[in-house]
Amino acid sequence: MDKWLQIPAVAALLKQYPFAAAYVAPVALIVIKILALVVPLLVIMAYLTYAERKVLGAIQLRQGPMMVGPYGLLQAFADGIKLFSKETIIPSGADKTLFLIAPMITFALSLVAWAVIPVGQGLVLANINVGMLYLFAISSLGVYGIIVAGWASNSRYAFLGGLRSAAQMISYEVSMGFVIVAVTLATGSLNMTEIVTAHRPGWVTALLFPMFVIYVISALAETNRAPFDLPEGESELVGGYNVEYSAMTFALFFLGEYLNMILLSGTATILFLGGWLPPFGISALAFVPGVLWFALKVCFVLFIFLWARGTLPRYRYDQLMRLGWKVFLPFTLVWVVVVAGALLYNHALPGM
Amino acid sequence: MIEAIFFYLFSAILVLSALMVITARNPVHAVLFLILAFFNAAALFVMLGAEFIGMTLVIVYVGAVAVLFLFVVMMLDINFAALRKGMMKHLPVGGAVGLVLLGELLWIYKGWTPSMFAGQGARAPMPAGVDNTHALGQILYTQYLFPFETAGLILLVAMIGAITLTLRKRGDVRRQSVSDQVARDPKDVVKVVKAACGAGVEL
Repeated sequence: MDKWLQIPAVAALLKQYPFAAAYVAPVALIVIKILALVVPLLVIMAYLTYAERKVLGAIQLRQGPMMVGPYGLLQAFADGIKLFSKETIIPSGADKTLFLIAPMITFALSLVAWAVIPVGQGLVLANINVGMLYLFAISSLGVYGIIVAGWASNSRYAFLGGLRSAAQMISYEVSMGFVIVAVTLATGSLNMTEIVTAHRPGWVTALLFPMFVIYVISALAETNRAPFDLPEGESELVGGYNVEYSAMTFALFFLGEYLNMILLSGTATILFLGGWLPPFGISALAFVPGVLWFALKVCFVLFIFLWARGTLPRYRYDQLMRLGWKVFLPFTLVWVVVVAGALLYNHALPGM
Repeated sequence: MIEAIFFYLFSAILVLSALMVITARNPVHAVLFLILAFFNAAALFVMLGAEFIGMTLVIVYVGAVAVLFLFVVMMLDINFAALRKGMMKHLPVGGAVGLVLLGELLWIYKGWTPSMFAGQGARAPMPAGVDNTHALGQILYTQYLFPFETAGLILLVAMIGAITLTLRKRGDVRRQSVSDQVARDPKDVVKVVKAACGAGVEL
């Protein structure tokens, strides 16, 4: 029984209708909780597109969007209305079902992963034991939306984009997995809430810092963001896997990419930046609600995403593969052993 | 009741998608149905309380193995109409082999009685207060340490074998050496020349 259903007025009402108490009320409660998470998330995503254009504008000494609403604040909604009112074009040679399913997969996967992200103490939809594994599983599925889109479009450019993306995501998932292993070693749990609340001495945080750097760079590659945005490389692939998509089908890919950015920033916050806890363990800052700290830390990681896009040129494809397999993989492999050895030497392994 | 509904839902989708894997005309569709089957198997594992195995199934099979399947199948250029042409010609032989195998299976099934200890292995009790991942780790790294490490070594041998089979030295490749590039001194390779107005420069 949830605490919300035990409020006297609600409990009294539910007593009269046993069927509602057994089935309708719990389902309704879950739906309300999901909406309470998803609606703010979609608004944040809309403003992330705005923030990206503003940050890029500032980097390039422009103003960014200024026309729609004060300081261009309504630009994201104007773009949404535009995409919504356009025609969805399906190429005649396309595999129609898969062509339409692919953007839905991308968008749905970037939303379902949020089920295990705790945005505050106890503020999580599903506090499952294997939360981190679930997150890793869902993010490794993200490749399907893109590869299916590339194949179903029946276009060479789209297909090449899809293949590039598949190879790239698999390559960087390997080192991401080792980063997660290292954090799990230090915290002794796969539960997202316990990862945040586990006692972490300063030297462990310092030891995990290289892993944080690798995680953020791998996250750039996982979300196909600059400087690793080869799957949609405009200069050689026209637009990559989403060339043939228009209107809402394109919008779903676009939104999925931004939601994934927020998701991986949220994961980085939980794994390395202490989630909803005040920064550097300063208890005087605890009066600020945890959700706000979480949001600020996510914004910090998101800014790195935008900053990298404004600063770095696109990688060449062989350089991308070299970085993933010949630099990150050996380094993370060695560093997991180093972290484990240091924890064992200092008797800091959790559960021992 | 809810559990039963979900069990039958997942099982039905699992069986149907497994059927579609072998009947789908397009190999890409077949791989996608295989992925759906993996997914439902993972859901059944989670329903059994084996959440670690469920998630690992999704990560390893759906996230890595099936992507490679899809990768290969998408790049194949097979004429399926030509493949199907020989179908009727090969049906008698193939069907006969299938029937023999089915007969053998039925023969074994007739003479098969479950061991009286089989039930005990199935309900290995979960220690209270220990979650799935910990329980698995405790048993894998204590009781089954030797088989577990052996399996890892066999996989390592297979991996090294696959690499040595495909690795070949090619003389005509010009590889990029990043350290050489970084170590290059600008003074040695860049020459700054002041050009007089109207006159060219000699390099």
